[in-house]
Amino acid sequence: MTSEQPAVSLLGTSALLFEAPGHAMALQTQQRIWSLARVAATWPEVREAVPGMNNLMLSFARAPRAIDALRDRLCDAWEAVTPLPLEGRVVELPVVYGGDGGPHLADVVSHTGLSIDDIVEIHSAPIYPVYALGSHPGYCYLGGMNPRIATPRRKTPVLSIPGGAVSIGGAQTGVSASAGPSGWNTIGRTSMHFFDPASNPPALLQPGDALRFRVEKVIR
Amino acid sequence: MIEIMSASALATVQDLGRCDALRWGVGTAGAMDPLALAAGNILLGNDAGAAAIEVPVFPFQVRFTQDGVFALTGADCAARLDDAPLLPWWAGQARAGQVLSLGLPRGGAWAASRAYLCLAGGVDVPQVLGSRSTQLRGAFGGFEGRALRQGDVLRAAVSGSPAARPTGFGLVPPALALPLQRDGVPAMRVLPAAEYSHYTEASRAAFWAAEWKITAQSDRYGYRLAGPVLEARTTVEMRSHGIVPGVIQVPSGGQPIVQMRDAQPSGGYPKLGTVIEADLWRLGQAPIGSRVRFIETTWEQATAALDETDAWLAEARRLVELARHQRARS
Repeated sequence: MTSEQPAVSLLGTSALLFEAPGHAMALQTQQRIWSLARVAATWPEVREAVPGMNNLMLSFARAPRAIDALRDRLCDAWEAVTPLPLEGRVVELPVVYGGDGGPHLADVVSHTGLSIDDIVEIHSAPIYPVYALGSHPGYCYLGGMNPRIATPRRKTPVLSIPGGAVSIGGAQTGVSASAGPSGWNTIGRTSMHFFDPASNPPALLQPGDALRFRVEKVIR
Repeated sequence: MIEIMSASALATVQDLGRCDALRWGVGTAGAMDPLALAAGNILLGNDAGAAAIEVPVFPFQVRFTQDGVFALTGADCAARLDDAPLLPWWAGQARAGQVLSLGLPRGGAWAASRAYLCLAGGVDVPQVLGSRSTQLRGAFGGFEGRALRQGDVLRAAVSGSPAARPTGFGLVPPALALPLQRDGVPAMRVLPAAEYSHYTEASRAAFWAAEWKITAQSDRYGYRLAGPVLEARTTVEMRSHGIVPGVIQVPSGGQPIVQMRDAQPSGGYPKLGTVIEADLWRLGQAPIGSRVRFIETTWEQATAALDETDAWLAEARRLVELARHQRARS
C-alpha cells in the first residue's frame, strides 16, 4: 500500500505493520524506518521492531487494548524521527550469472527486453545497502536496484532454490542464505555464509551494511 | 529418556516459538497447537516454555528407556502404553521398556491432526536464539535442527523417580471447552489486513461465506486452501514486509494460503486478513481434506479471545493443582 500518508494495518493480534508513504524504496525513507525501529523497540508493548522495505513491523509482547493509541504514537514518532545514517561494511560477492545457477535469467531478458550483458552490467554496478533482514535466517533485503531490471515475482513459487542464489523479485534483488522455496527470479549464483545461530549477532550482515556483486563469469 | 521407534518423519521438537529473532530473518516456528502444548506442560507441572514432541504422522511409537512421566495432548489418537489404552489429554507414567503407541487420530466432535508428547521438565535440547523449537530452514534448534528419525534418543530435562510428579489425571480439551463453529464447520476468527479492500466485494463476501478445503499441499509452513477464486480489483507489486503466522496471503491464482508456524517472517503477497492468535491452534489442528470457515472479527473481540484462552489455561492450572494435592494426600 502506498499513499501520501503512512499506512498502519493489523497483522491479527500478533503485530502491527507500518508502511511509509511513497512508491520508491528510497534509502532516506529506510533510514527513517531504522530510526523509528529504534524508538518503537523501547515501547513496553513492543516485543520486536522489525524493519522491512520502507516499512516496519511491531510484534507484540501482549496485544495492547488501546491499539488506536499505539497507532497514533507510531505515526507521531514517524513525523518526529530523523534519518539514521547507518553505514557498515561492504561485502563483495563473486557471481556466476546465467547457466544452471541462473535458470530465470531468460525471464528477466524477456520481461525487460534487455540483453544478458546489459542485465549483468546493470545488476553488478551498484553498491546495494542492506535495508532489512527477513524471509529466512540471515537473508538481506537490499535497496538500490536499478528499476530497469525489475521483473515481477514468479506466478508460482519455485519449490527450492539453493543457498547463494542471486535473484530479482519485483524491484528488489537479493541472495538466498540457505536452500528453500522462492517466488523470485534466480539469475546467478554465489557462495557466502550469511547466518550462524551460534554467533552473536547470528547474522553476518545488518541494516546499513552493503553488498556488491562482482561478475565472475557470465554463462550465455 | 525415550527412543523414537517410528520411521514416520515430520515429528519435531517444538516449544511456544522463537519470538525474538525476527529481525535476523528467523521465523517463530513453535507448536502448531500452542494450547495443547501448554496444557501438556501444565499436566506435568513444567514451565510454560518447555518443549515437547509434535507428532503429525501416525502411527508413532516411542520406547521409554527409563521410568518417566509423560502427558499426551492434542489429537485423540487412541494411545496405548504397551497394551493398556490411555485417555486423551492425560498425564501418565511409564516404566523402563514400555512402548507408547499413538494410532490414527479419531474423528468426531473434535477431529484433530497433531498430538503432543510432553516429558517431565520438557524435552532436553539446547535453547538456540531463545527457543527449543526446530527451525528447519537453516537447520538449528530442536533436535539437531531436523525432524526426528527412528533411533533418535531424547532426554527429559528432569529425570528421577516418577513418584515426585503425580500423574493419573487429565483435562477437558479446549476444542470441547471453547468450541467455535459456523454451520457445523470448524471456524476461525479473522481480522482484515492491509489489502482486504483490494478485493472485489463479491470475493470478500465469498471469503466469509465459503467452506475452505484444506488441500494436501498444507504443512507447518502454510495451509493452502481451495474454494472460490478471490479476485483483486487492483494488483500491486508489494514491498517486502514482516508477516506473522496466521496471515492469509492471496497469490495471483486467487486461492488463499494461511501462513503457519514455519512460515518465513516476511513476504510480499497481498494479505486479505489474519487468523487471530487465539484461534490459530484450531487451524493448526484442522486435518488435511477437512473444511473450515472464517468469521470476521474486530480488535476488541480478538483481544477478548486471547483473554478467554488465558482464562482456560488458568483454570487448567487450578484443576491440575487440585488433582495433584488429592494424589499427594491419597
